[in-house]
Amino acid sequence: MNQKRFFGQGLPRLDLSKLTGKLIVIEGADGSGRSVQIAKLTEWLEAKGHAVAHVGLRRSTLVSEELEQAKQGNILGKTTMSLFYATDFADQLENRIIPALRAGFIVLADRYIYTLMARDIVRGSEVNWVESLYGIALVPDAVFFLHTGARQLVERNFQKNGRLDYWESGMDLGLANNMFDSFIRYQKKIQHEYKWMEEKYGFKVVNGNRSIQSILKDFKSHLLPLIDPTDPDLAGNKL
Amino acid sequence: MPKEETGVPARTRLDVYDSYLLLLTSYFLLLEHEVFVKLAVLESGLMMCRMNPLQDHPPGKLIAVEGLDGSGKSTQIYLLKRWLELQGMRVFFTEWNSSVLVKKATSKAKKRNLLTATTFSLIHATDFADRYEREIVPLLRAGYIVLADRYIFTAFARDVVRGNDPLWVRSIYSFAVKPDLTFFFKAPLETSLSRILDGRPTLKYHEAGLDMGWTIDPYESFRIFQGKIFEQYLGMEKEFEFIPMEATGTIESQQQQVRNIVSERIDLQRYKTLRRQ
Repeated sequence: MNQKRFFGQGLPRLDLSKLTGKLIVIEGADGSGRSVQIAKLTEWLEAKGHAVAHVGLRRSTLVSEELEQAKQGNILGKTTMSLFYATDFADQLENRIIPALRAGFIVLADRYIYTLMARDIVRGSEVNWVESLYGIALVPDAVFFLHTGARQLVERNFQKNGRLDYWESGMDLGLANNMFDSFIRYQKKIQHEYKWMEEKYGFKVVNGNRSIQSILKDFKSHLLPLIDPTDPDLAGNKL
Repeated sequence: MPKEETGVPARTRLDVYDSYLLLLTSYFLLLEHEVFVKLAVLESGLMMCRMNPLQDHPPGKLIAVEGLDGSGKSTQIYLLKRWLELQGMRVFFTEWNSSVLVKKATSKAKKRNLLTATTFSLIHATDFADRYEREIVPLLRAGYIVLADRYIFTAFARDVVRGNDPLWVRSIYSFAVKPDLTFFFKAPLETSLSRILDGRPTLKYHEAGLDMGWTIDPYESFRIFQGKIFEQYLGMEKEFEFIPMEATGTIESQQQQVRNIVSERIDLQRYKTLRRQ
C-alpha cells in the first residue's frame, strides 16, 4: 500500500498511515462531462464492491452557504475569495475526505485544489502563495484531467443550462464586453494554467471530446490497476 | 511556467522553506537565541516583500497595536486616534474580526464547534483579507493614517499556538503590508490575566482555548492559552521590529510615549485634512 503524503506542511497532528482509501480527482471545466463520468464510475465501483464517497467544491458544512452568497453578490476581493474557497476546501478535507479515506473508501473528488489554484492564478495571485496555501492538501492517488476544447464547452453549456455561467466565463475579470468572448478567453487562460500543472502534478489527460462510453473506458483502464491490480477484468480486458 | 516575477521557480521556493524550517529548528535547539531571530527575520522579510500591492511606498501609514487582552493596547490606540483626529488628521481605525459576511460564517462555526486549527486559521485569514482589501488598502492608497487594533501578528501568535505551522501561517498572510509602526504592549502575563479574569467574565469557547483540550476549566484554560500566546509575541518582537511598550507608569505617561514615537517616526503634517477656507 503506498503511503499518503501532503503537498506541503500538511495538517497538524494527523497520522497518514491510517488512510487506507484512495483519493481520485477528476478535473475539468463545466461542461467537460465530469459529473456524468463520476456517476458512471460510482456505479461501476459499487458493483465491484467498493464503497465510494463524493466531494466537490463549495460543499462544506462550514462556509458553502456563505460562499454561494458571496458569489451571487460579487462583493469580495480576490484574496478574500481565494481564502474563502481554501476554508471550504480545508473543512471538506478534514471532515469528509480524511475520515472517508481512513474508513477505506474510494473518494471521488469532483475537482480539487488544481481548479482553485488555476482560478486564483488567473486572477493575479502568485503561484508560490497559492501553492503554500494548499500545502495542507493531500496528494491524490490519481488526477484525471478531462480536456475539452473551449468551443465544445460552450456548446455543452448551452445544451445543459441554456446559458453561460458568470464565473465560468470569468466576467469579473473584464476580459471582454460580452459573455461569449469572455468565456472563450477565460477558459483558454485557465487551460494555460492546467498545462503546466499537468506536468508538475502528473495529471492523466483524458480527451473529453469523445463519447461518454469511450471516455469511461479510458477512466476504467487507468483506475483498475490502482484500485485492484488482481481484478480479473484487467487480464481479460473486459472494460 | 507562468508568473515568475520573483525569478525563483515555484517548487524551489517551497524547498527553500523546507530547509529553512529544518535550519530554524536545529539552530533553535543547538545555538543561542540570536541565530534563531536572524533567520526568522530573513524568512519573514522574504515573505513580506511578495504579492504586495502596496510595496511601492504607499502614501498612507499603518500603525498597529498588538498584545494580550488586558494589556492596555485598545485604550492606548483609542487615545492615539483622538489625538490625531483632534489635530485634523486623516485617520481611520480598524479592529480584528469585524467584517460582516465572514462574521456570519465564523459565528455559526463557533457556535457549532465546527472549527479545527486549520479552518480556524483560514476563516480568520478570509475575514482579515476582506477587511484588508476593502478598507486598509484603499485607505492607505488614499493617504490615511490607518490604526489597527490587532493585525496579522495576532493570527501568527494564536494560530501557531493552535498547532499550525508557523511558516504556513506567515505565508498565508504574506499579501498584507507590514505596518510602519507596531506597538507591542508587553504588560506582564499576570497583569493582563487579572485585568480580564478578575471580573469573572463569561469566556467564549475559542477565546478560552477550550478547543485545545488542556483542561475543562475555562479560566485555567484561558491562563494557559494566554501564556502561550505571550511567548509567541515575545518571539516575534525582533522578527517584526515591534516597539515594546513596558507596562510601567500611568495611562497618561504611556500615551505620551506613544505620541512621541509617532511624531518622531511619521511626518504628521502630511496627513492633515485639506480644509476649505
